Amino acid sequence: MLITKLKDKEEIISFFDLQPFIFRCSGCEEVYSAEEDIDKLIEDNKDRISGIVRLDYLCREEFSKVYVEKYSSEIERAGCVIVFSCGVGVQVIAKLCERKRVLAGCDTCYLNGFQGLSTQNFDCQQCGECYLNYTGGICPLTACSKGLLNGPCGGAKNGKCEVSPEMDCGWELIYKRLKKIGKEEMLKKNKVLVRDYRRTIPGNPE
Amino acid sequence: MTRLKKALEGGGFVVTGEIGPPKGVNLEKILEEAEKYLRGKVVAVNVTDIQSAVMRVGSLAVCQKLLEMDIEPVFQMTCRDRNRLALQSDLLSAYVLGIKNVLALTGDYVTLGDHPQSKPVFDLDSVSLLETMKKLESGKDLTDNELDGAPSFFKGAVVTPASDPLEPQIIKMEKKIEAGAQFFQTQAVYDAKQFEEFMKKVSHLNVPVLVGIVLLKSAGMAKFMNENVAGVSVPDELIKEMTVPKEDRRKKSVEIAGRLIREMKDMCQGVHLMTLGWDKEVPLVIEAAGL
Repeated sequence: MLITKLKDKEEIISFFDLQPFIFRCSGCEEVYSAEEDIDKLIEDNKDRISGIVRLDYLCREEFSKVYVEKYSSEIERAGCVIVFSCGVGVQVIAKLCERKRVLAGCDTCYLNGFQGLSTQNFDCQQCGECYLNYTGGICPLTACSKGLLNGPCGGAKNGKCEVSPEMDCGWELIYKRLKKIGKEEMLKKNKVLVRDYRRTIPGNPE
Repeated sequence: MTRLKKALEGGGFVVTGEIGPPKGVNLEKILEEAEKYLRGKVVAVNVTDIQSAVMRVGSLAVCQKLLEMDIEPVFQMTCRDRNRLALQSDLLSAYVLGIKNVLALTGDYVTLGDHPQSKPVFDLDSVSLLETMKKLESGKDLTDNELDGAPSFFKGAVVTPASDPLEPQIIKMEKKIEAGAQFFQTQAVYDAKQFEEFMKKVSHLNVPVLVGIVLLKSAGMAKFMNENVAGVSVPDELIKEMTVPKEDRRKKSVEIAGRLIREMKDMCQGVHLMTLGWDKEVPLVIEAAGL
């Protein structure tokens, strides 16, 4: 977990209607996490959750997998999974629970010189306005070579990106994941997204 | 109102052409060809925007040249090379010059072109670019500042009917319409049956579609496209048909294009001809298509 801030309260509260299972990461919390805000949110909604687990470094897929399996029945019962971590952690849990709607509870904010502690299959640009809740837990900024926010470009061939035959088309992955959780209509319903780059400029001039 | 808009609203079958600006400042050849083979034969001519990410003369300048020749241009605009400041500014510039048809595209990635070291932009994408045009038309810019005089565009977008999977393409097409797209030109289509199915799936959208025809230049080119070009699939029969002596290729290519257009004519509102330099064949294709 890098620097995170709680997502917009209204957005988060609506997730609790779904009796979520909650993953909390305390991996890089010495950097900064929205500890108190998250504590309060969970306390206020404690009757509306189906389970909660707190782990160090959710970003380690093999490690998180053990817990996803351990809590599989609670997760199965839950209407969604909320992850309080950086974008990497959310994407790992989304991959491990690919038939569940996995939502980010936090935005990951830009932090000079800090990119997490180990290499991972997923990347987070610390953009400060996490898009994972629109895209089935797969980041369009890092999974799409063009960082497109509003759908695939049409440049993919056989599921591979035009940039490299080694790279999957991120939007095809997003579409397939959303289809798996029965949310592909979200692609249509989402408002047109335009990124605010101020949040990733060193010095954060916003 | 642009001639293109008028033609599409008129309900007839509309033909558009396309030219690619050259690398270097000699425009004589493309302008001469446009005069000879496109003027009066097509309703409007798309001018590509640094196509395939290969550096060349800009679309805006060539659009202006066409306009001077009384050929109506369609200004193709990709999001690869300009951020939202430059895109909005160029949209205003286009309008000031009298260029009102704009086609919004994402753009090929820079590494596919001849300056692979450059920084790709993609600050906006095809959907948000369309929405940006709509915003400018409302008299405001993207951050809600008032404009001293608002432009008005005929806004186009692209769709790939042979895309696999197709559903995300259609979803994006719907988003583009919601963002302001008023017409569509498609990626190259070589299979009328497949196109018919596509048109059925988008029949609820009620927006004019011009089917894209890229002239096949050889069997080798068709095979290359099948292997390398996204959303293009040339059936084996056409590749076989194109396997003719070199001197017969143009004739065969025109014949195939004409036949495809005849087959698809009743399914859509027009055809967008992409000749990849074979502009000379445009009048022959139109004739072969019986238009």
